[in-house]
Amino acid sequence: MTNTDKFVLGGHEFDSRFILGSGKYSLELIKAAVENAGAQIITLALRRANEGGMANILDYIPEGVTLLPNTSGARNADEAVRIARLSREICGSDFVKIEVIHDSKYLLPDNYETARATEILAKEGFIVMPYMYPDLNAARDMANAGAACIMPLGSPIGSNKGICTKDFIQILIDEIDLPIIVDAGIGRPSQACEAMEMGAAAVMANTAIATAGDIPAMAGAFKKAIEAGRTAYLSGMGRVMDKGASASSPLTGFIQDQEA
Amino acid sequence: MSAENHVNESILSDEIKEHQKKNRIDHMTYLPDMEVLESDIMDQVIRAMDNYDYDKYTEADVRRALAHDNRTPEDFAALLSPAALPLLEEIAQCAQAETKKHFGNSIYMFTPLYIANYCENYCIYCGFNCHNKINRAKLNPEEIEKEMAAIARTGLQEILILTGESKKKSSVEYIGEACKIARKYFKVIGLEVYPMNSDEYAYLHECGADYVTVFQETYNSDKYETLHLAGHKRIFPYRLNAQERAIRGGMRGVGFAALLGLDDFRKDAFATGMHAYLLQRKYPHAEIAFSCPRLRPIINNDKINPMDVHEAQLLQVVCAYRLFMPFTNITVSTRECARVRDNLVNIAATKISAGVSTGIGSHVEEIEEKGDEQFEISDGRSVDEVYNDLLHLNLQPVMSDYIYV
Repeated sequence: MTNTDKFVLGGHEFDSRFILGSGKYSLELIKAAVENAGAQIITLALRRANEGGMANILDYIPEGVTLLPNTSGARNADEAVRIARLSREICGSDFVKIEVIHDSKYLLPDNYETARATEILAKEGFIVMPYMYPDLNAARDMANAGAACIMPLGSPIGSNKGICTKDFIQILIDEIDLPIIVDAGIGRPSQACEAMEMGAAAVMANTAIATAGDIPAMAGAFKKAIEAGRTAYLSGMGRVMDKGASASSPLTGFIQDQEA
Repeated sequence: MSAENHVNESILSDEIKEHQKKNRIDHMTYLPDMEVLESDIMDQVIRAMDNYDYDKYTEADVRRALAHDNRTPEDFAALLSPAALPLLEEIAQCAQAETKKHFGNSIYMFTPLYIANYCENYCIYCGFNCHNKINRAKLNPEEIEKEMAAIARTGLQEILILTGESKKKSSVEYIGEACKIARKYFKVIGLEVYPMNSDEYAYLHECGADYVTVFQETYNSDKYETLHLAGHKRIFPYRLNAQERAIRGGMRGVGFAALLGLDDFRKDAFATGMHAYLLQRKYPHAEIAFSCPRLRPIINNDKINPMDVHEAQLLQVVCAYRLFMPFTNITVSTRECARVRDNLVNIAATKISAGVSTGIGSHVEEIEEKGDEQFEISDGRSVDEVYNDLLHLNLQPVMSDYIYV
């Protein structure tokens, strides 16, 4: 990766395009995972922060890494706003990932409430990163409301099912003038690579790494996949045929009376 | 010892039996102060349980259930059936994979705090029942604060406040005060108290509580009637609809349990799962949790036991809950020993208590009026011990995963 290819988010520049989650695994492994991932941004559920207490996740985040608190636990925009304000106090970070979920089974985000929270928090100077279901109109609302990027889900969070919403994420990449960060559902390095080849600005992953046999090693595998996908995207992807092969003598091949 | 009287031999005197015969009220009729919900959840649960014929399921049904991505009530029924028992190892492995997918290696830690053990109910298997001669106590606000401060010093951030079921002795306001004190020391506050109306749940939510657990004990109303002889708890439908009232009162999450060993555990576990399933469909935002208590000996009756619910059956029930509703929390109580608990959290449970006492005033020395225990615990490990044992299992103890908003 060349140094000139910076990932710019809310006016901040990053070299890494891998945003790592911190949930579902042993706190002792976070540092090694971050290092192997080469990640410069790590997400953190504010509700996991246990200030001054035992097993406080904040104590395990390596220095120099940008902390991206999320509002998980919020069921509507107002709750997300309250959690975001708290996160600014506790983490000292203007970055916030909006998660508004009121479905305990699939944990699908509520786009309408997310757009509402985005508007309020952007006005308060937050760098707002809305996690959303990939819908073009909702993404436009969030962009107009002042979002710093759009974070569409690939499949339900934690499912490791890959990019089930691929076609719709592609529409966002094509139409929205903000970084598109594929979040949720990415289960393997190849899927992270796929997102980057599509033109995603970055990939966020957690469960895929947290549930791996060797967590730091899997973090390293994701790093390489994301870099490979980015390089492929920048290189200009080779064409891909929709159906079958490409005939060497297409329909006009019969023509013989060409001018010399 | 017959199944009929294994829970009550030593407590029931003839005098009490006579009195109860004369004074037993209709257990299906609401008392005047009880809120009646317009809800068909109970009818659906009972119908599903009545139709559940667990002997009809085969190994093929169980294998089909295991192979499904999203499991249906029919799959759940198969997983709870006797045909599933020989496949327990496969089921456990499948359950473990689901748990990892949804929770990784996180295990939530908490402790119950019993603030009063006065009770107006007469539940013949329970140590707190109003006819059992035990030391009764109720902590005052200063004592509650001392107990909570002592618990908080162990590092815990989640507390479950319990009382005996006496609204007279432990009023809603009294419980509310306990919640307000708890807010000073803990991030997560759950309640395991008598069922109440939705406006009362709303009040306790304002005071800081966000989770309500109510054990239905058994979903067989005929059996229920013979076990819960007096008090508000006798009213079967009011108890069964408690979770729905709690959700309507604004609580974030609700917990469900049948007390395994009281009646046919397969039917009770099936009904418990269906109850949770139907409520989650009706209120998709509600967080759902299961507990899997088995009967335990109590003061003045050391013969109480979980009958045919052995460890294999307990594991089967826990795994069936996990596979049916993989996103739910499952709590494993100190009714089980350390060996069983550690294995259950490694497979399917996600929540474990530590530093537990089921008595009143047990966390600090200076409280003089102490109350006796609800039941004998089997795992007396301290918070530090459980914490370290979880680490040795490569699990991550989590003290809080919650924000009160």
